[in-house]
Amino acid sequence: MFHSFLIKYAEIGVKGKNRYLFEDALVRQIGYAMKRCEGTFVVHKASGRIYVDAKSEFDFDEVVGELQTVFGVWGICPVTVLEDKGFEQLSKDVIAYIDENYPDKNFTFKVQARRARKNYPLDTMEINAELGGILLDAFPELSVDVHEPDVQLHVEIREKIYVYSKIIPGPGGMPVGTGGKGMLLLSGGIDSPVAGYMISKRGVTIDAVYFHAPPYTSERAKQKVVDLARLISRYTGPIRLHVINFTDIQLHIYEKCPHDELTIIMRRIMMQIAEKLAADSECLGLITGESIGQVASQTMAAIAVTNEVCTLPVYRPLIGMDKQEIVEISEKIGTYETSILPYEDCCTIFVAKHPVTKPSLAVIKRHEQNLNDKIGELIQTALDTDEVIEVRYKES
Amino acid sequence: MNEIYLDNSATTRCYDEVADLMAEIMKNEYGNPSSLHHKGVEAERYITDAKKTLASILRVEDKEILFTSGGTESDSLALIGCAMANRRAGMHLVTTRVEHPAVLENMAFLEKQGFTVTYLPVGRDGRISLSDLEAAVTDETILVSIMHTNNEIGACMPIAEAGALIRKKNPNTLFHVDAVQGFGKAVIYPKKMNIDLLSVSGHKIHGPKGVGFLYVRGGVKINPLMLGGGQQKGMRSGTENVPGIAGLAKAAELIYKDIEAERETLFTLKKALIEGLSGIGDVTVNGIPEDGVEGSAPHIVSASFAGVRSEVLLHALEDREIYVSSGSACASNKAKHPSDTLSAIGIDKSLLDSTLRFSFSVFTTNEEIEKTLTALREIVPMLRRYTRH
Repeated sequence: MFHSFLIKYAEIGVKGKNRYLFEDALVRQIGYAMKRCEGTFVVHKASGRIYVDAKSEFDFDEVVGELQTVFGVWGICPVTVLEDKGFEQLSKDVIAYIDENYPDKNFTFKVQARRARKNYPLDTMEINAELGGILLDAFPELSVDVHEPDVQLHVEIREKIYVYSKIIPGPGGMPVGTGGKGMLLLSGGIDSPVAGYMISKRGVTIDAVYFHAPPYTSERAKQKVVDLARLISRYTGPIRLHVINFTDIQLHIYEKCPHDELTIIMRRIMMQIAEKLAADSECLGLITGESIGQVASQTMAAIAVTNEVCTLPVYRPLIGMDKQEIVEISEKIGTYETSILPYEDCCTIFVAKHPVTKPSLAVIKRHEQNLNDKIGELIQTALDTDEVIEVRYKES
Repeated sequence: MNEIYLDNSATTRCYDEVADLMAEIMKNEYGNPSSLHHKGVEAERYITDAKKTLASILRVEDKEILFTSGGTESDSLALIGCAMANRRAGMHLVTTRVEHPAVLENMAFLEKQGFTVTYLPVGRDGRISLSDLEAAVTDETILVSIMHTNNEIGACMPIAEAGALIRKKNPNTLFHVDAVQGFGKAVIYPKKMNIDLLSVSGHKIHGPKGVGFLYVRGGVKINPLMLGGGQQKGMRSGTENVPGIAGLAKAAELIYKDIEAERETLFTLKKALIEGLSGIGDVTVNGIPEDGVEGSAPHIVSASFAGVRSEVLLHALEDREIYVSSGSACASNKAKHPSDTLSAIGIDKSLLDSTLRFSFSVFTTNEEIEKTLTALREIVPMLRRYTRH
């Protein structure tokens, strides 16, 4: 029976004097995750560690599953908490712990005691030796290996006594909220939700923007994007999703520019709009799901042309990944099934059969001049009619 | 209400009387018809009355009505139930290429079970040819399944002629008719038309969703699909959906009260829409037989708009609160799967993805058709300016 979880954290350890900021962010994020679980939990820091104590009944798998969504968590150790009723009782409890958790006793171990409460009658070395001996007596198949044990049995003497030996891997990364905020260009595809997940793993909070083009794109396509945002918000925390009506801009480009350049010009304008939204919401960069060479608009030449309109840095966490790798992550984080629903998005509705793959910036800029008479006004209207949807994973 | 609902082949708005009746039953007369006490007897009476109403509309016996959860279950029960019960008599089935998936998928399942299925082609008007049918039916044929009215283009099959022909060619062959789109829009007399099994759904006739029935001619042997408490003489176990059944019968009663006049009204609307569409240019109306509009269903118009993607047109109409369907609603669930019916009637490939279905009901008005045409006259030319290259 476990009563608590010791959270091991990843890179926070190296952050020097800012360490408490990272720890506090991690405590906060774990707190949000716990609110999604049935039961009452207290998340607290104690002598350089983070504990999640259960104050009620809870579902072990549910709690571990939620903890595994919190970036910054490197490992999750399920802890058995014992009342201190003397060393004799502790010995019995430790024997019971091993018996319960390791049906097969054929392994090597070592006891790793830690004494936060210095007035405990035995010191660390004595606890290690005594408990080791008692376990060897209880289970003759066990053997001790102090260098590379199969099982490290941690016994921590605090107000109560914490016993743990297993580490369940967490997602790693940095706690969300420690890395600034970015504006994610979210489409209904497979890539952009994964890009949001990846950047968030580095502690970045995200807002998102979706471009829709009614009646060319449907209400279901928009709902799909809201659903995707909701799915990744499990990891990223709440997302403020901007829905921008792109129809008039798209039709304007269609009328005034060569059709094989439509996608590039469209993407340049999307970037401009995203950057305006970013500026208004203190975002420090844009995030896209681009990966070199995946489609015509993602060749290095095309990305260079698209990038030219941006002043903020554009983060492309998937840039070097293969489609299959991206798909695997999307399956892991649960966005794949939604991403493959067959609704048309605004990038595909007017797509040319043979879009340019090596656009020239000079040519594109010249053709963009054709838009000048009203593109500024259209962009402004699009921004003015921005629909904002606050997306969160689960109401708690 | 400003909305114009022209998607009645997908589903219809419930009659107020039907909704009220069902609410009353759910709230007050909620008994289980199998219970021995008064509450049960009361509930059972709704079922007996519903059978009486439906049987008299079809001019069949009360005991020949079997309640189901709707069109799909009726079709599944008819096809699989009949094939399993009669497999010793033969392993051959006949149907058409343009059936609803509820028939086609069951046929595909039966093929996997070792049955052979002949799929009859259709002409431009969406109808089978009787000589094809005659050639298809053999001594081995245990069942022919033909839809009454096509859900995508509104073509009406020659049911009475087919029934007579099948009876003549092989008296042991059973004849199933999927009348989900036809019931409530046409007069159907199974006995006269040599129909042995007939599928009907409640929600297409302003009744509730989740209920329908299968007419099973007395003496026809089929196996049940649902096993359990033995309700409906063991043919369909499960506590009867009393409010649904009562609602279904009420809806049928209302829709058949004045069926001839209603058909006439619907045909007037259909002609007005077709007439108006022809003025837009480059619009083809599908499934109209050579002998005139009256040979097709009165409530369905399928039209292809060259150079316009149906989904886009659909959403543009939706912006004006006009609700229509692209192809058929069931087919829209499938990813970019062009309609089987439209391919089968041989319409130009480029039009497959440019076809809308308008379907009317007793609530549709002439004014609504006019408003729809006005909207189309504005939207279609605008959409044609922007096409994919």
